[in-house]
Amino acid sequence: MDNNSVQKTVLVALVLCIVCSVFISSAAVLLRPRQEFNAALDVKKNLLLASGLLDNPRATAEEIEEAYKQVEEYIISFETGEVAEHINPEELNERRMANSPDTRVRIPSELDKGSIRSRAPYGRVYLTRDENGDVDLIILPVHGQGLWSTMYAFLALDASDTKTVRGIGFYEHGETPGLGGEVDNPRWQAQWEGKKVFDDEFRPVFEVLKGQVDSTSANAVHQVDGLAGATITAYGAGGMVQYWTSHHAYGKYLENFRHTKNMDTSDYYYEDHSSEEVSL
Amino acid sequence: MSKVTKTLFDPLFNNNPIALQILGICSALAVTTQLQAALVMCAAVIVVMVVSSLSVSLIREHMPSSIRIIIQMTIIASMVVITDQVLQAYVYDVAKDMRVYIGLIITNCIIMGRTEGYAMQNGPVMSAIDGFGNALGYSIVLLFVGFFRELFGSGTLLGYTVMPLTRDGGWYASNGMALLSPSAFFLIGFFIWAIRVWKPEQVEEEN
Repeated sequence: MDNNSVQKTVLVALVLCIVCSVFISSAAVLLRPRQEFNAALDVKKNLLLASGLLDNPRATAEEIEEAYKQVEEYIISFETGEVAEHINPEELNERRMANSPDTRVRIPSELDKGSIRSRAPYGRVYLTRDENGDVDLIILPVHGQGLWSTMYAFLALDASDTKTVRGIGFYEHGETPGLGGEVDNPRWQAQWEGKKVFDDEFRPVFEVLKGQVDSTSANAVHQVDGLAGATITAYGAGGMVQYWTSHHAYGKYLENFRHTKNMDTSDYYYEDHSSEEVSL
Repeated sequence: MSKVTKTLFDPLFNNNPIALQILGICSALAVTTQLQAALVMCAAVIVVMVVSSLSVSLIREHMPSSIRIIIQMTIIASMVVITDQVLQAYVYDVAKDMRVYIGLIITNCIIMGRTEGYAMQNGPVMSAIDGFGNALGYSIVLLFVGFFRELFGSGTLLGYTVMPLTRDGGWYASNGMALLSPSAFFLIGFFIWAIRVWKPEQVEEEN
């Protein structure tokens, strides 16, 4: 058959497409269990690293699973700030809910510090306990827009005041390696520890600056140095913490948490945005 | 034998795809801030290039000329997707950070340059060798650039501290420009300069 005839052209194109799709689908199907295992393990590892429950970033799968046993997982409703017991954590897919027109909750633009536009109505909270059985850490999954990608992270807060950062760890982002990708740098993350995400009235005020924090400033306790060459990523990282600790996200849960702990919650900051919570 | 050696080693310095043909420099900017990322990128490009050249060469006699480019593109793209899947499954930590760039191997002009320019006219074995040689030539430049960018930008090599940074209490004030893309242009420029001093026949004639 002549190579340039119409029949041959169609035939070659068809065979090529079939062969290539078989290869790609087999690779995808065969490797998926391993990839999902890696991804799930990576999320657990980052949660543990962010909260200081694991020190070694090269820990083995067994070490990670073992350390993870002390973590309790809850699903909460953002609207009420209460635990939503009717939802199975295994079945909750926040990313799908945040994108689906039926379930997503639009974030009013003036509150949308992390530039994510919408979120799921439910979120996860992870707790760890100290030896007396009291909650020690509250670990919140947070995400926000960087320069190229949505950055996903765990923020560990001290349960004694719900505002002191005990750790941060990014588990998924597509920022430029060496620039925005430096959000993974442990030395930069170390600065976050001890910073307060709320001011005295429990307003979310956390910021990542451009450049260095002025340590003499009254706000220094809420601020972290920027990343050289990655201003937008750094602002995104600060903005996402501001959003997720606000009353539109985990703020109500944290407030309830303080109430049940009988913490001093006098004149806390509260703004009612419930009327704006319309699904689009 | 000498033909094999020539096909394999010429692309390293005599006919380097980046330094002489000035192809594929986009990825040389993107993944070279860290040597480890550059290494993974090199490995991925080597695999994609060898398999693509081999496959294109195998079916070259059945290729209708009207759709040959899209056929090469499909083969390369399939290989890139498979490579990405394998990296996700086996070296998850590194692959996670460079997923975007692995996908961009499809647009690396060196690969299609070799399938169209060499594999279409030559046998499968020679085409695979040619693909491997060119991928090595690409890798040399990438590792050269990655070495200096990580060393001067972060004071580390493969993540291990070589020159402790002043911000961590060391003595080396990091060169911020090394972390930005333009520094890769300078380094590639130096690389080309060095090669042309060594091999003056590569210098273009002046008009």
